[in-house]
Amino acid sequence: MKTELYPSKRNDAEDELRTIEETVFSDYKYGFVTDIEADEAPRGLNEEVIRFISAKKKEPEWMLEWRLKAYSYWLTMKEPGWANVKYPRIDYQDIIYYSAPKQKINPKNLDEIDPELRKTFEKLGISLDEQKRLSGVAVDAVIDSVSIGTSFKGQLAELGIIFCSMSEAIREHPDLVKEHLSSVVPITDNYFAALNAAVFSDGSFCYIPKGVRCPMELSTYFRINAENTGQFERTLIIAEAGSYVSYLEGCTAPMRDENQLHAAVVELIAMENAEIKYSTVQNWYPGDKKGVGGVYNFVTKRGICKGDHAKISWTQVETGSAITWKYPSVILKGDYSTGEFYSVAVTNNYQQADTGTKMMHLGKNTKSRIVSKGISAGFSNNSYRGLVHVGKNARNARNFSQCDSLLLGDKCGAHTFPYIEVRNNSAVVEHEATTSKIGEDQIFYCNQRGIPTETAVALIINGFAKEVMNHLPMEFAIEAQKLLAISLEGSVG
Amino acid sequence: MNSIEYFKERFEQWQPDAGHNGFGAIRQEAFNAFSKLGIPTSKNEEWKYTRVAGLFNKDYQFTPDPQPASVTAADVNRLRLPGYEEANELVFVNGFFSFALSVIRSSDLTVLALEEAAKNDFRELVAKQFGDSNKYIKDGIHALNTAFVHGGVFVHIKKDQVLEHPVYVYNITDARSANILAQPRSLIHINENAQVQLVETYITLGANQSFTNQVMEVTVEKDARLEYYKIQNDGDHTNQVSTTHIRQTGKSNVHTVTVSLNGGLVRNNLNLILDAKFCEAHLYGLYFQTGNSHIDNHTIVDNIKPNCLSNELYKGIMSDQSTGVFNGKIFVRPQAQKTNAYQSNKNVLLSDTTSVNAKPQLEIFADDVKCTHGCTVGKLNEEGLFYLQSRGIPEKTARTLLLRAYSADILEHIKPAPIRSYVERLIFERLESDIS
Repeated sequence: MKTELYPSKRNDAEDELRTIEETVFSDYKYGFVTDIEADEAPRGLNEEVIRFISAKKKEPEWMLEWRLKAYSYWLTMKEPGWANVKYPRIDYQDIIYYSAPKQKINPKNLDEIDPELRKTFEKLGISLDEQKRLSGVAVDAVIDSVSIGTSFKGQLAELGIIFCSMSEAIREHPDLVKEHLSSVVPITDNYFAALNAAVFSDGSFCYIPKGVRCPMELSTYFRINAENTGQFERTLIIAEAGSYVSYLEGCTAPMRDENQLHAAVVELIAMENAEIKYSTVQNWYPGDKKGVGGVYNFVTKRGICKGDHAKISWTQVETGSAITWKYPSVILKGDYSTGEFYSVAVTNNYQQADTGTKMMHLGKNTKSRIVSKGISAGFSNNSYRGLVHVGKNARNARNFSQCDSLLLGDKCGAHTFPYIEVRNNSAVVEHEATTSKIGEDQIFYCNQRGIPTETAVALIINGFAKEVMNHLPMEFAIEAQKLLAISLEGSVG
Repeated sequence: MNSIEYFKERFEQWQPDAGHNGFGAIRQEAFNAFSKLGIPTSKNEEWKYTRVAGLFNKDYQFTPDPQPASVTAADVNRLRLPGYEEANELVFVNGFFSFALSVIRSSDLTVLALEEAAKNDFRELVAKQFGDSNKYIKDGIHALNTAFVHGGVFVHIKKDQVLEHPVYVYNITDARSANILAQPRSLIHINENAQVQLVETYITLGANQSFTNQVMEVTVEKDARLEYYKIQNDGDHTNQVSTTHIRQTGKSNVHTVTVSLNGGLVRNNLNLILDAKFCEAHLYGLYFQTGNSHIDNHTIVDNIKPNCLSNELYKGIMSDQSTGVFNGKIFVRPQAQKTNAYQSNKNVLLSDTTSVNAKPQLEIFADDVKCTHGCTVGKLNEEGLFYLQSRGIPEKTARTLLLRAYSADILEHIKPAPIRSYVERLIFERLESDIS
């Protein structure tokens, strides 16, 4: 399909434009529906539904109370309107808040899992058995809210690492959950966090004991499946003193016409000398070329460096979702703690992204680094919104932020809204941002050396995002590059 | 003074006044806006870091017409900025333009009461340009100025004329006997191919509280050139919200420097609307705050048409318990291809009790543009200090030297020498005394 999108452009840039057009009009490749019977809650949200979810998950009484508390608080809240995104009002009574794939109870190994589900993963290129055999990655696969299989559990258990679904953690490790759940993102934090607390169906739980270095990348794969189901994950990662963990989260969703709501909460807790690396590749259905459908991705992600010398690093590659509203943050409470945020956000067609981070410097000698790369194409809008706060006692805090935007086309927008709050004169805070398109001189340079325009654009975009891609673990970097290639098809990869 | 109710009473009382010719509807509309918006709180994104509610809790003398002048020509003589004794002087007293105290030396300069201009030959200009800033600034304080607009001034610079005498605007507040709320308003039109130097300053007499809520709207036509200098160095008991809104309707050049040295609470809104191809705008700012003062610089650069250039550099030195805010916005509209827009904000914090909040923002809807912004906050460069000390320069001298160099980046953009050396002297005196 070809549409005259750029009539006013000059001839010599035509090649490049065709490339970009192809980019803009590439189809979503992962749009397919797995046909599985689902066990659903009735449409809508009320106390009954929350009780239903809680009962379904066989949760203890305190958990139900916690959910109801969040629900009653949520009722008093208003949906936030400050983000630089536009979408029709969400009818929260028209969502199915719980949908579990029906299958045999508690599969002992991966072979017992419904073959339909297995196929889904294979299509996505993360076949469980293959992963289990070859790559050494433990996958906690989540389809429509329920964790269906966890691999490498035994190996992790030997080291004392707990890696399981949230519902299992609530049953098996209630003390840990009780102590840490909502300690970073309180149920009163924001509208979507409160909603998540009330209705979350599952998620991952991860506990790394003192001094343990997790030998493999932990990973989950989220997938929104049944029609009209909001997916509300809750992830909690606790890294005890001196431990290390790298966690991967990846998402694709099948093609749908109706918007789907995704309001997840992720909490990270890093104790003294601990390090958590959290990587995300997000490629949910972004809606069609006219901006119909697509996933609403309203996520609250926050980590706290509780102890001295702790480190939390967020890396994200955001290519999907109709709307992304996401600010992975770090509270730097411990002295000498470090927070990092690396992000590539690609928006195309009518996608909208308002994403960034918050770095709250509270402890002394804390450091943070923000690198955000935004790529907008088509009619999309891409915003960076970030806060760097240096508290009164955060002596010698150091921050460096860089946010660059690349515009492909003259109908898209790039926005930067950095907030810098400094309460301390020993702090050094730097922020810089640039916005530009792919330079004609750069394309020319490549052409002149025999590189066709298409490859040149790919090269330049890859180079633009490289600083972030470098921070992804190997397993993910390949997939991320694939996703970048798919969302900017024809030119990249 | 209890906010909306107080102003409502005044508004209704003064409404029948015949002096509001031509502005009745605008006033009413603005007052409705004020009633709806109220006094901004920290929930208003544009006022997140500047609390103004406290200013409205005081009682001010707020009058519909100028009071018998207690400010005399002798006062103005005493307050006059150095150099340029030959300048055209426009004097506001308590928010009302004073013809008696003003001196017009250039024949190419037309100065009229705003109400009068709205009735005579300039009525089309006034109708078109008055209230242009409302599109960009939507808050209660700005609406309040328009709601009570009276005693403002209209200034027109003739086509093809280069004003040999600069225009100095003195905003004098006489707070010798009472707290004063002043709302000066001016509309300035710089015609095609004209050139003018505009210098503005604020002075409060007496020790009572003053609150100046000023709005100045400027239109710059094709091939015209405007140099605008705002010098703020008032006492701790003075507060001001000062809006300067400049629309460039033709290929023109605007050069602004804002120097804020003191004051209680100072909020500057500076809007540059680049509404024609090949416009050029330069925005420079220097703020050096001591004591408990609060400075808030909000700038908007709106690139509407293609091929424009804007360059913005604001530098701050913060000491004692002072607080600073910088909020810079650059808009690039879909049409505005080939825009070059640069913005930079730098802050040096001298004490650990000051704070700075910065929000440098870009909103870009066109692809063929070069836009950058940068922001830094930190203390004085330790290495620089050490280097100088290692060469036998005492620490205090070294610090002064570094800060002088730091502020020179802005001061060098003040083109009129008398103003530049005046500001330099103020800064150096402060560096000598304050920095220990």
